[in-house]
Amino acid sequence: MSLKSSKLQLNEQGQLRHFLGIDGLSRELLTEILDTADSFLEVGERSIKKVPLLRGKTVCNVFFENSTRTRSTFELAAKRLSADVLNLDVQTSSTSKGETLYDTLRNLEAMAADMFVVRHGDSGAAHFIAGNVCPDVAIINAGDGNHAHPTQAMLDMLTIRRHQKPFEQLSVAIVGDILHSRVARSNMEALRILGCPDIRVIAPRTLLPEGIEQYGVRVFNDLRTGLRDVDVVIMLRLQKERMQRGLLPSEGEFYRQYGLTSDSLALARPDALVMHPGPINRGVEIESAVADGAQSVILKQVTYGIAVRMAVMSMAMAGQTTQRQSRQGAE
Amino acid sequence: MTELPDVGTLLQRMGEDLIALLDREQRTDPAVVGIHTGGAWIAEQLRDRFLPDSPLGSLDIAFYRDDFSQIGLQPGVRPSELPFSVEGRHLVLVDDVLMTGRTIRAALNELFDYGRPASVTLVTLVDLESRELPIRADILGVSLALPRGQRIKLTGPEPLRLTLNPIAES
Repeated sequence: MSLKSSKLQLNEQGQLRHFLGIDGLSRELLTEILDTADSFLEVGERSIKKVPLLRGKTVCNVFFENSTRTRSTFELAAKRLSADVLNLDVQTSSTSKGETLYDTLRNLEAMAADMFVVRHGDSGAAHFIAGNVCPDVAIINAGDGNHAHPTQAMLDMLTIRRHQKPFEQLSVAIVGDILHSRVARSNMEALRILGCPDIRVIAPRTLLPEGIEQYGVRVFNDLRTGLRDVDVVIMLRLQKERMQRGLLPSEGEFYRQYGLTSDSLALARPDALVMHPGPINRGVEIESAVADGAQSVILKQVTYGIAVRMAVMSMAMAGQTTQRQSRQGAE
Repeated sequence: MTELPDVGTLLQRMGEDLIALLDREQRTDPAVVGIHTGGAWIAEQLRDRFLPDSPLGSLDIAFYRDDFSQIGLQPGVRPSELPFSVEGRHLVLVDDVLMTGRTIRAALNELFDYGRPASVTLVTLVDLESRELPIRADILGVSLALPRGQRIKLTGPEPLRLTLNPIAES
């Protein structure tokens, strides 16, 4: 499936106005997001962790799918930018009364919302909204189906940039359920754009999508071979709720072959980072001692996630603003 | 063509005036904070030459600007660095060019998000006398009226020089 994000998410000046996916974005733009996030990280260390940038703007978190962590970090990010935040748990509200996605969003637009943060189970939902429903509202993709989770990818890139060598010198392994993982897709794209020369995916054949090679990655079916000398290990959650029967013999079998343990981690470089988008399944894809160990940056990822979301939200809001200004100027 | 003053000469007098003022007002143990980019250069020189025991910090006011809804976020924002506690501290805030006063307004707001300083003393190298807010420097290098269509810029960090450039037509 191909969802071209590039045209839709940039304004006429090439600035971000929606953030839908990583594909098609330039290295310069990704670097600008990371640089801006670095500055917001400093804001998070102050006694007053708030800047007035989005004062008077309204951000709606529209989550058609549950995610406590992603939603709360987006909420915190918006609040630290001084925006007003509305959380809509759409699962339990209007859609159950038969209202369509279209109508739900048009109603929110009528409440003068400036930004929607959208999580949806269908691939392409955020694109659809940005392209067809509310083009003047900044849309941030907080995860759509198996397709993309671009803010997760950018927070992973920020983690790597702050704790490892430059991207051009890195070997990065992504391990686990690649097939169902929007995190894996967005990470592969971001790593490639940022110049990482050795991207590896490690998974059983049944959990690899067809055409995985198009991402320019090396595929390993054996964990121990794939982890050799890598600088970063990104573990994925075994997505039990998405897993159809028959893809795996059992959780125990998966852990034995693909679980990250102290033993298998020893094959990577001694300073290799251990990352995980959360929530972690201890004893299913990662050993507790590794998740809590010295090489783990899993909780740092959460902290960095707030800064990255602040960066993306302020940049997209700015891009929408300048787009509107130039349109008004032209009239 | 306006003759532009020498920055080193200005800094010498500003430093002496600053020491005298801090002394007179009993603003002891101050910290020096420069606004990116030019203000940070001047702050560093003033600190090194006149207040060698004072900590030095820098502010990037991009997140506090009042024109976000007109022009958006400026690219190239850097983290602010205040490696000391602002709470109860006497601060010397330094900028290169004072024009409308909006940058200083933003910087003051940002400083107060770090804590409640005991006082803020404002130092600027140049005042262009076109203020839109009731903000004046406590210590000033020079007041200048620019020729039409020109803007002033501080280049640096070594050596620090003031230059006049035509405003680019947009």
